[in-house]
Formats: sequence, structure tokens, C-alpha cells
Amino acid sequence: MEQGLTQPVVAPTLSPAARRRQLKEKAIAGFITLMAFTGIAALILIIIFVAKEALALFTEAEARHEASLSKMFLAQDVAPGRPAFRWQPVSKVPKVSMIPLFVGTLKTTAVSMLVAVPLGIFGALFAAEFAPRRLRELLKPVIELLAGIPSVVLGFFALMVMSTFVKDLFAFDRPLNAMVAGLGLALAIVPVIFTVSEDALTAVPRSYREASLALGATPWETAWKVVLPAAAPGILAACVLGFGRAIGETMIVLMASGNADVISWSLGDSARSLSATIAAEMGEVVVGSPHYSLLFFIGVQLFLFTFVLNLMASTWTKRVVKKLTGGAA
Amino acid sequence: MKPGTRRAVGLLLTSLTGLAAFVIIAVLAIILFNVAENGAGGVTWTFLSQPPADGMMAGGIFPAIFGTAALTLLMTLAVMPVGVLTAVYLHEYAPPNSLFARFVRVAVVNLAGVPSIVFGLFGLGFFILFVGQGMDRALGHEEMYWAQPGILWASLTLAVLTLPVVIVSTEEALRAVPMDHRTASLALGATQSQTLARVVLPGALPGILTGAVLAISRGAGEVAPILFTGAAYFLPDLPSHLNSQFMHLGYHTYVMATQSPDVEATRPLLYSTVLVLLLLTFALNLVAVIIRTRTRRKAAGAH
Repeated sequence: MEQGLTQPVVAPTLSPAARRRQLKEKAIAGFITLMAFTGIAALILIIIFVAKEALALFTEAEARHEASLSKMFLAQDVAPGRPAFRWQPVSKVPKVSMIPLFVGTLKTTAVSMLVAVPLGIFGALFAAEFAPRRLRELLKPVIELLAGIPSVVLGFFALMVMSTFVKDLFAFDRPLNAMVAGLGLALAIVPVIFTVSEDALTAVPRSYREASLALGATPWETAWKVVLPAAAPGILAACVLGFGRAIGETMIVLMASGNADVISWSLGDSARSLSATIAAEMGEVVVGSPHYSLLFFIGVQLFLFTFVLNLMASTWTKRVVKKLTGGAA
Repeated sequence: MKPGTRRAVGLLLTSLTGLAAFVIIAVLAIILFNVAENGAGGVTWTFLSQPPADGMMAGGIFPAIFGTAALTLLMTLAVMPVGVLTAVYLHEYAPPNSLFARFVRVAVVNLAGVPSIVFGLFGLGFFILFVGQGMDRALGHEEMYWAQPGILWASLTLAVLTLPVVIVSTEEALRAVPMDHRTASLALGATQSQTLARVVLPGALPGILTGAVLAISRGAGEVAPILFTGAAYFLPDLPSHLNSQFMHLGYHTYVMATQSPDVEATRPLLYSTVLVLLLLTFALNLVAVIIRTRTRRKAAGAH
């Protein structure tokens, strides 16, 4: 950077070495930015390539005939004069109603949420507010271990151990049913709800608690009436996130639900979920057939459900942080 | 409320929440105990080193162990550079309030929530049918070579699935490197990339390793994404090429648990397989937890 007094003022010139170094820095920064694009690209490619294989349902005459939207979502005459919802895509006359799959997914998910939400939130409240420090530091990694159990192992446990136990307990006819699958799913989502709730609870500033205690509230009143409401958006996000996981989880439902396409609200009947249907049928399907496109179409729906749920959850998580830091300042 | 009632409600709430935490831990203990009790007897050297025999009614799980290891190794090679550099961009290079960085974050959060079976569909639709077929056409293969399920496509599918895990833990690791280290390096005349390579990344190394370990443990346990991208029921040979199919501990568990002609006979083998899979993922998770706790403590000490 030489800039003599006698010379007219010009932009500082760099030595060739410095210029090379600057170029190199720019190249590296560019490369790193390019790499950061991969995450966005992956998400876009997922939706494009899953939707692409499902597109035949709307563009090809054969597929449109065999699996039209009305056949997927409205009752069809299975026997003359007896409208019904059936998922039997490989029978002689394919029946492709998605309603049983929605019912099955909803049933197993509902069971899992009913069990996992109270367990997860209460557990998190205990860890964040009531547990002594030592116990709390033990609780978190142990529940992280539970989160690390592969879902196929949870499915195996539901299939081998929980099924007989649940069948005897509720006097169900068959060991594999919506209840067992739902309880297995609960094991998978409890850690999610616990972790996210606990994060939300610990994000509540100390000043909230101190103010409440200073006004004469007991620790439990502080936890229940001050900390819990303050963390509410984050806890809601935890539940939504758990809900998304439960909808998308595959192996547990595939192994423990019995997989029959019945429409019933009884938890003792078997259930067939959206994700398990893809897993069970994609292996034997003819590439490009209507059935194949149908399975990808289920994938598109799953993607969209969970995408919306995730956006909601991340908005609420951000809201709790904003609210708390804004309020504390 | 009377003081007595207040104390009673407080006690009730504390014990209720404590009970919830206890139930979660108890279930974990029951699973571990059940698997260990039924599986430990069968985990012998023969079991670990032999292939399955008699239609999976006897023998061991060596090909499944090998397949799982090879799969996760390839996955790690693919995901680590991309994941680490994405985190480096987000934490070190992105301008403040960068719109692009915000998009990347939203994408990563959503990627983490995509159901694993949808990754399987993506692997089939993108890697096998689009990339694989394209490669076969470009290379002039008469028969399907790349356009079929294989270990490469399965591991790349898992790499996309574990990308958020790596990004999130690397970013946390970068956050733990004190700002002073960067400013000191820059003040000495080092460029940003030199600072990154010699100060920031070495400082964040434990956290980055945590990310790798977490990704491996997650990837090793996922079955849904590899169902139709490369896992095989039974293979007499180990995978030898990038397009070979492979056996997998998780898939093996699924197959033996649901499609065995005689579940009672395969039960001991099944339990031992699950025990091996569980020990593997637990060991990895434990390592990750230990490194992370240590880094966090160190970071807390530095501030």
C-alpha cells in the first residue's frame, strides 16, 4: 500500500502476493458458502424427486384411472351398493383409499401423544425445577441415551415384549395393534418432548423465579404459575415436534401395529400407518406402476405434514427466546 | 390457600413430576435389562464372526456387522466435510443478518424433521433412478450397474439424513471457541482461512468429533432409509463394490423379527443381534455425551 504525497490519490494497490492471498481468501469463502447451499439443495431435491415419482398419478391415464383422487379419498363401491374405504392396491381391482391409512396413523399417533406429552413435560419440569443438581445432570444424559436407541430396536421391544403385556392387560384379541404401536412410538418421542421442553424451561431467566419467590410464592407455585407459562410456546413447540416425529416414524409401527387396513377407532384392532405402508410395499412394487406412484404420493403427504409442523415448532421456539430475552431486558 | 394445602400441593406436584422422570428412566432400564438378559448368552466370538446359516435359524451376524460398519464409514466420509463447512459458513463467514444464512438454518431445521422413510424414497428417486441411471447412460453400461440399490446410494442417503446432526453439533463446537482466539490470530496478521484452519477448527475439534459420533450412531441405527436403497435380506458375500448390496444389523433385526418362519427358534439369535446393535449405538452415544460435557465445561470455564 504505497501512496506517495506527490502522486494523485488513487485506490490503494496491493502487492502481487497480497492480491493472490486476497483472491485465495475469496475463493475459500466462496467454496464454504457453496457447501452451505447443500442443506437447502437437499431439502429442495427431496421434495422435487419424491413429488416427481408421484406425478404420474395426475399425468398418466392408466394411473389416473386406477388411483384418482376421488378413489383415494372418497368411499368406493367395493361390493355393489356398499361403499367402503379400502387399501388393497395389489388386488385384482386395486382399491386405493387412503382413509384407513390416515385413521391408522392418527390412532397410533394419538396413543403416543397421550402417553409421551405428560411424561415428557412433567419429566422436564422435574429436571428443570425440582430435581437436585446432581440428579438433573444424571437425568439428561440418560434420556439422551433413550433418544439414541434405534427405532428398529424399539419396534422389536414393542413386538416381542410389550405386545403380550398389553394384550393381557387390556384383554385385546390380537397382540399386534394400535395400542402397542402407539406405546412403542411414545418411547421414541418422549426424549424429543423432554429435551425441547427442558431447554425451554431452563431458558426462563432467573429473575422471573427470584421475583416470584420474593413475593412469597413457594418453589412449586413459581414453577407452575411463573416458569411453566413463560416457557409455554417452547413446550408447545416440543409437542408439535414430537407429533411430527410420531407421524413419520416408520419401523415401530411397521413391526408392532399388525398392518391391517381396517377402519376402526378401537385401539385393540390393528392399524396401518402412512409411513409403514411405504416401507412394507415399496420393496415389491413395479417401478413406474400406479401403485409405485401412489407410495411416493404418500411420501409427499408425509413430507408436507412434517414440514408444516416443523415450521410451526421452530417459530414457537424462537418466540419463547424472543419473549424471554425481551422481557428480561 | 392455607399453608398446609400449599405444602401438600407442592409435595404432590414434585412427586408427580418426579414420577414422570422415574417412569422414563424405568422404561429405559427395562429395555436394557430385557435385551441384555436374553441376548448376552448368545454373543460369542462365533456369533460375531460367522455368517448366518440355515435360513437365518443359526450362525452369526458377521456380514451384518461388516455391512453396517462399511455403510456408516462411507456415510461419515460424505457427510463430515459438507456438514462441518456448512456450520463454518453459518458461524464464521455468514454476514450478520444474512438472508442466505437464515434460509440455510430453516432448511437444516426442516431437514431434521423429514421422516426417515421419505429419505428412503428420496434415495430411490434421486440417487438410484436419477443419478444412477444417468451415470449408466453416460458410461454406456448395457446392464444396470449404478441404477440399482447399493451401499453407495444407501450411505449417501444416510449422509443427507445425518447432515443436520453434524451441522448443529459443529456449530455448537464453533461457538465454544473463544472469540479472543480468533481476534488474536487475525491481529497477528493471519488471514481468515488461516485462522480457521489453525485456530478455530482445532479448537472446535472435540465438538466436531462429537458430531461425527452422533451422526454415526444415528446412521447406524436407521433402517427405513436403507430398506430400498441397498440393504439385503441375506448375502453370502460381503459387499465388494460401491454398487453391492449389503447386510445390516438393523435390517437383519427387522427381517428376523417379522419374517422368520419360526420366531421361537430365532429368538435367541434375534436378541443377541439387538444387543450388539444396542451396545454399538450406546457406546457411540456415550462417547459423544462425554466429549460434549467436557467441551461445555471447558467453554464455561473460558468465559
